[in-house]
Amino acid sequence: MDNNTVINLKQIKKIYDMGGAEEVQALRGVSLQIDKNEYVAIMGPSGSGKSTLMNIIGCLDTPTSGLYEFNGINVSQMNDNQLAKIRNKEIGFVFQTFNLLARSDALHNVELPLIYAGVPSIERKRLAREALEHVGLGDRIHHKPNELSGGQRQRVAVARALVNKPSILLADEPTGNLDSKTGDEIMLLFEELHHQGNTIILVTHEEYIAEHAHRIIRIRDGLIEADEMVKNRKLLTV
Amino acid sequence: MYFFNELKEGLLIAFRAIRANKMRSVLTTLGIVIGIVSVTLMATAIEGVDRAFEKSASAFGSKVLYIQKYPWVGGDDWWKYRNRRDMKLEYVNLISQQATLVDAVAPSVTTLKDAKSGSRTMLGTFVTGTTYQYQEASGSTIQDGRFFSQEESDGGRPVCVIGANVAETLFPSIDPINQTIKVGGYPYRILAVLEKQGGLFGMFTADNRIFIPINSFMNQFGSHRDVLISARVRQGVDIEEAKEELRGVMRKLRHLSPFQEDDFNINEQEMLTQVFGTITAVIAGIGFFITGLSLFVGGIGIMNIMYVSVTERTKEIGIRKAIGARRRTILFQFLVEAALICLIGGIIGLVIAYPLSLIADQILPTAMPISVVVIAILVSLFVGVVSGFLPAYKASKLDPVDALRYE
Repeated sequence: MDNNTVINLKQIKKIYDMGGAEEVQALRGVSLQIDKNEYVAIMGPSGSGKSTLMNIIGCLDTPTSGLYEFNGINVSQMNDNQLAKIRNKEIGFVFQTFNLLARSDALHNVELPLIYAGVPSIERKRLAREALEHVGLGDRIHHKPNELSGGQRQRVAVARALVNKPSILLADEPTGNLDSKTGDEIMLLFEELHHQGNTIILVTHEEYIAEHAHRIIRIRDGLIEADEMVKNRKLLTV
Repeated sequence: MYFFNELKEGLLIAFRAIRANKMRSVLTTLGIVIGIVSVTLMATAIEGVDRAFEKSASAFGSKVLYIQKYPWVGGDDWWKYRNRRDMKLEYVNLISQQATLVDAVAPSVTTLKDAKSGSRTMLGTFVTGTTYQYQEASGSTIQDGRFFSQEESDGGRPVCVIGANVAETLFPSIDPINQTIKVGGYPYRILAVLEKQGGLFGMFTADNRIFIPINSFMNQFGSHRDVLISARVRQGVDIEEAKEELRGVMRKLRHLSPFQEDDFNINEQEMLTQVFGTITAVIAGIGFFITGLSLFVGGIGIMNIMYVSVTERTKEIGIRKAIGARRRTILFQFLVEAALICLIGGIIGLVIAYPLSLIADQILPTAMPISVVVIAILVSLFVGVVSGFLPAYKASKLDPVDALRYE
């Protein structure tokens, strides 16, 4: 492991106790490393443990056993508050269903991580506005989610994910609720963000989407089935 | 700064949530409004009774001792006191000669008579016979005119001093001074009107009284009467010491041997105040318990609605947690919301209770004390925090993965 490693998983297991003697092994010993400025897709059919892996990488959940180092810090034994801090500062989430606050305008949605980080109001507004401009929504900052198209909503979500300058961008089926044209636009945005030096982890079950990444990790039955570099990368042009 | 940010965000969310569910918020708040109205009115009423009593009790003067057959407070057998020897008028002079710690001693005897002036009549007025020293011995204040002199008092002249209510009833439009009224059929010239004392339903006060020289009283209304003797304690003398001295003097005057117990009582305002304090404490206790129940029910309403709110917003909680809200941030957010609903309810309650307290003022001398306003606001905040706590705690404990998956 070198200084460039952002994520280092060693023998991560996640076992769900279903009551009684029954238990489900969602992850059965996953080890992988992701370096800075990598663009990785995690693929797998439903029930493969892909979501569990994403939750653990995103510090939303903790492994039953194994070691998880994030930027060299062991996060596998952290408590709720420590994990919340990591999520706030180091991880930017983009969800399939956008997960914006419906009653808040775009600016406030993007401000939210900064509020939890304790950034003062004026600074917060400036950073949030910059982030929205960065994703091409400078003229929509006071629109509420229901006044925006799907693609625009996902851009707001991306702005929110990036506003705290996180170490990784964790996107869970980011194009799942978008038509293919809008989906391509979002993928193009990701491409740009990657070029700007961001580390991107993309969770998807669509081969077509995964091929935008440089590396694909395939999960099946709680184990890594394959971990390979993409030979024929999709190059997007609009 | 961090706290301030969280508070601001909490308030913003709370306002949005309240606005988004207007009807629900109004109904929930109503419980608190009713609770706060009843509690504040209760407090205002008790304050009124207290004030009224204070006024009434002040009619007795805090530094005046009253010597008589009966104790004001307590005592076991009324017949025992009834059968004691009467207090005699002669004691008054003897006490003022022998007791050094009191500086004004006055007798008083009271009966009920009708008072008339022209066509106006005041039925069943308290008529008190006393001496020129009464004003000092009782500490009453004259509004207009003068109390009767020693000569008038000793000579049993037909002069009187009347209470404020008597003056208002018999002389609604003219100055009563130097007018003549008929008391029990005998004419008396009015020398003065006493300052209005007010008090609890006119109890104890001099407002409904007519004071005449005791010698006139004895001549016209009979002389075999039990006399109440009031004695003012000298400035700077401890009231207990004066009481002890008076007791010695009285025992001598009554020729009691060292083995006999006192056959008289020395009363003071303090005794009434204590008893009254106990009574109001009991009334307040019961009253606040009952009105407190309505506030409690209001609190349950808040708790209920907060649980609904937490469930409805599970997804939102998940989102907030995913982007870095800590447990205590979520807890705080829902507490702020519950407290805000209650605070609004409390303020509305006060706005409703205030005019009602003005109506109560017609019956009791009261006003909503500022302390009640402050306490009502604190209590409503407290109810909000307490009843919001469990739902807020539930929200803060939600697992982010489950909460995000919630639809």
